Amino acid sequence: MPLALLRLRLRLRLLLLALALLLVASSGVASGQDTERIEGSAGDVLEDDPVGRLKVYVYELPTKYNKKMVAKDSRCLSHMFAAEIFMHRFLLSSAIRTVNPEEADWFYTPVYTTCDLTPWGHPLPFKSPRIMRSAIQFVSSHWPYWNRTEGADHFFVVPHDFGACFHYQEEKAIERGILPLLRRATLVQTFGQKDHVCLKEGSINIPPYAPPQKMKTHLVPPETPRSIFVYFRGLFYDTANDPEGGYYARGARASVWENFKNNPLFDISTDHPPTYYEDMQRSIFCLCPLGWAPWSPRLVEAVVFGCIPVIIADDIVLPFADAIPWDEIGVFVAEDDVPKLDTILTSIPMEVILRKQRLLANPSMKQAMLFPQPAQPGDAFHQILNGLARKLPHHNLNSGHKVLNWTQGPLGDLKPW
Amino acid sequence: MMKSLLPQSQLRRSAAAAAAARSSGGGAASGGADGAGSDGGAGGRVPAASTFWFLLHALCCLVSLFLGFRFSRLLFVLLFSTTALYSSTSSSSSSAVLRATTTTTTTTTTTTTTTNTITLSFAATANPPPSTSVNYSALDSAASGHTQSHVVVGRHGIRIRPWPHPDPVEVMRAHRIMERVQEEQRRWYGVKEPRQVLVVTPTYSRAFQALHLTGLLHSLRNVPYPLTWIVVEAGGTTNATASLLARSGLTIVHIPFPDRMPRDWADRHTTENRMRLHALRVIRERKMDGVIVFADDSNVHSMELFDEVQKVQWMGAVSVGILAHTGTADQPRLSEEDKQNMPLPVQGPACNSSGQLVGWHTFNSLPFAGKTATVVGEAAPVLPRGLEWAGFVLNSRMLWKEAEGKPDWVKDLDAVGENGEEIENPLTLLNDPSSVEPLGNCGRKVLLWWLRVEARADSKFPQGWVIQPPLEVVVPAKRTPWPETTAALSSELLDTKQDQEDRRLSRTNRSSQSRSTTKRKGDVQGQQN
Repeated sequence: MPLALLRLRLRLRLLLLALALLLVASSGVASGQDTERIEGSAGDVLEDDPVGRLKVYVYELPTKYNKKMVAKDSRCLSHMFAAEIFMHRFLLSSAIRTVNPEEADWFYTPVYTTCDLTPWGHPLPFKSPRIMRSAIQFVSSHWPYWNRTEGADHFFVVPHDFGACFHYQEEKAIERGILPLLRRATLVQTFGQKDHVCLKEGSINIPPYAPPQKMKTHLVPPETPRSIFVYFRGLFYDTANDPEGGYYARGARASVWENFKNNPLFDISTDHPPTYYEDMQRSIFCLCPLGWAPWSPRLVEAVVFGCIPVIIADDIVLPFADAIPWDEIGVFVAEDDVPKLDTILTSIPMEVILRKQRLLANPSMKQAMLFPQPAQPGDAFHQILNGLARKLPHHNLNSGHKVLNWTQGPLGDLKPW
Repeated sequence: MMKSLLPQSQLRRSAAAAAAARSSGGGAASGGADGAGSDGGAGGRVPAASTFWFLLHALCCLVSLFLGFRFSRLLFVLLFSTTALYSSTSSSSSSAVLRATTTTTTTTTTTTTTTNTITLSFAATANPPPSTSVNYSALDSAASGHTQSHVVVGRHGIRIRPWPHPDPVEVMRAHRIMERVQEEQRRWYGVKEPRQVLVVTPTYSRAFQALHLTGLLHSLRNVPYPLTWIVVEAGGTTNATASLLARSGLTIVHIPFPDRMPRDWADRHTTENRMRLHALRVIRERKMDGVIVFADDSNVHSMELFDEVQKVQWMGAVSVGILAHTGTADQPRLSEEDKQNMPLPVQGPACNSSGQLVGWHTFNSLPFAGKTATVVGEAAPVLPRGLEWAGFVLNSRMLWKEAEGKPDWVKDLDAVGENGEEIENPLTLLNDPSSVEPLGNCGRKVLLWWLRVEARADSKFPQGWVIQPPLEVVVPAKRTPWPETTAALSSELLDTKQDQEDRRLSRTNRSSQSRSTTKRKGDVQGQQN
């Protein structure tokens, strides 16, 4: 056969193969399930690999700041504030850690401020300002890097109710404000509300810790039909702390109860059933209303179990808001619109609901909300590092004049720890 | 995090106590200025003024004793209410407040009018204390220009709409949403190309046929896949069976089988096997395509079975639960040890750890030796023999003469059973029984139950389940004026039955004594059971 004809045939075959590959790639069907790529305002960054984009130096603090606290009470490893401990452990063995502080872009101070627990397991924030201050004093006296930039290239993980305001009551937290010494540092926190004192500009918002192993053991087959329309389990009235009502959750949870307790579409109660996780996987919408603080692990659970989160918290800032387009994934309902919740939910167009489910089914979305041990690519640890990498290169590192006032703040905070 | 405020309750109480202490000290809550002022004023004034202040102090003490923190809060609010007018956020907060206040008045929560008014004014001025402090800290912080958030801390009203009940139109919409979501789920995770299900049932006309076929009919109606029901009837097709099948609404193929069903269980077993083979031949003739499920009319099938059989390639096996105990008194007496060692009454595939078929579990009939029923209608347990057909599923293409990809370990159907040899189980259709696929999580899930229940030989069920002629009153109801009639049953039976009812009635009478005693004699009563 003539050579030219053979060559033509080969080229045709290659072209056909390329076309076929293109078709397969564009259809994007993976194992019979349609998922959509998730792109936030920062672009398609959920699957970025932070290795090579930044270097983090981990300070070695005395164990009284970290290990001894965990040894005193091991519940710190499983409550919703455990992200600070796991972040430390992850950084210690990560590829982005550097032992040469001169080449580090970011400095991490491993101080566990949310590990002072009451007998019931609730963290007490009263000593946290002192603990943080003491840690910063240690760091600034043993290494020159804090004083060099006044902490502008340092980051801290503060997963408590109102972040670095270190109080569980919102009014007191607002009164205290963010710890003055952390004014220049970057805060990695779970709390996020627009124009709130306790959310600094440039903070990285993270999801609260939810135990990934426990959630994995409660998975049901995905073909289980979703037969619950709206699901919620939790308190509506906090009679211990807010006997009159109207204070807790700004009245939103009580409003949900009063308006929808008779509605069979709403499976809401204060029970704690053993099938909580399984029930979430059988629901289409999961309510995530605010409590004493706007964030809760419910968001993480809803995302992992594929239930569309209905977020009832005005002005809330959700985790990794620049990487995850939350308004395309969740439903946002203003607290004033709670009485109309059923109308709102039933009037969402069908394509929108199906699209939200497709986005939620994306495994990278679920992975980004979890803190698995050991760390896996795309998980919350990596998203935090990606966020830190996106903040590079540093601007305004040396502002020239000294901004931090070491004696600022309530007198009680100045006591050494 | 919500519960993290447990200590706060103590804080609040201490705050209230402190407020009460302060109010008793100065006649105003938490604002120390007023107290200081009054103390200062008392020092420099005429005794008349001091008694006035003393009386005011006592009055405030008494009022705060009864109203508690509400009084101190009201005073604080009234004294600092001027700041609300100058607060920058008053416009936005007042609009929020207006909404809040309107709903507090319409709430169904039990609040007294006094507290309503207090919340009214309080809500109006809830903002200033936090907002003023927020303003200070905003100025303090290095970050520039915090715009004031319109989300305010403090007490908010609980918004309840006037008719908090579901709207039927919305409920319908919600159900439609759920249906569509479930359809989408099936599309994603369910079976990709559902195949037709061919159900083969051997049956014959007898008392319990209606019972069994009705149950099976309802199960098959719920199968979400296209289905064809092939019913083979022994002794030729009858109108009774045909009418039962016609009411089902399914696609039926009603095939007559010339031989009558024998009364001996062993022979019956053999005849059923031959009927099934006959059905398989019909399937081959008509080139029906699908998955063949052998559903005996007295068996019970789960819905998961039909989902699972869609996965079969050529021939599959599922686990069948064997229900042999009939609840009669002649049960084999088993020692505890026997009970422990007895294998499960399940027939199905046995797999090794890598999920491959290594053997079969069969029903252990040793404990029942000698006590099983031999004739249909006998009151004794009926046991399966070896491997039941019900536990196997076939791909109908396996039977076709020529089918694409038909494996060579399948015998041709013509070579089986033609010379009158007995076909015990479908494994005889294969040359190589090890190629059977174990289904249902390698046989771990029991997907159907095998049961044989027939009417007792001495039972007298009405023919065709139609009562002809209509029943006469056989046993009179207690305390009625109806005359005693001669019973069809023997008199002893009548007496024993009456004794039973007496006992039952006396029991109910004891519990509902008032009811029975108030009934008049002339009233007609039914039996109270």
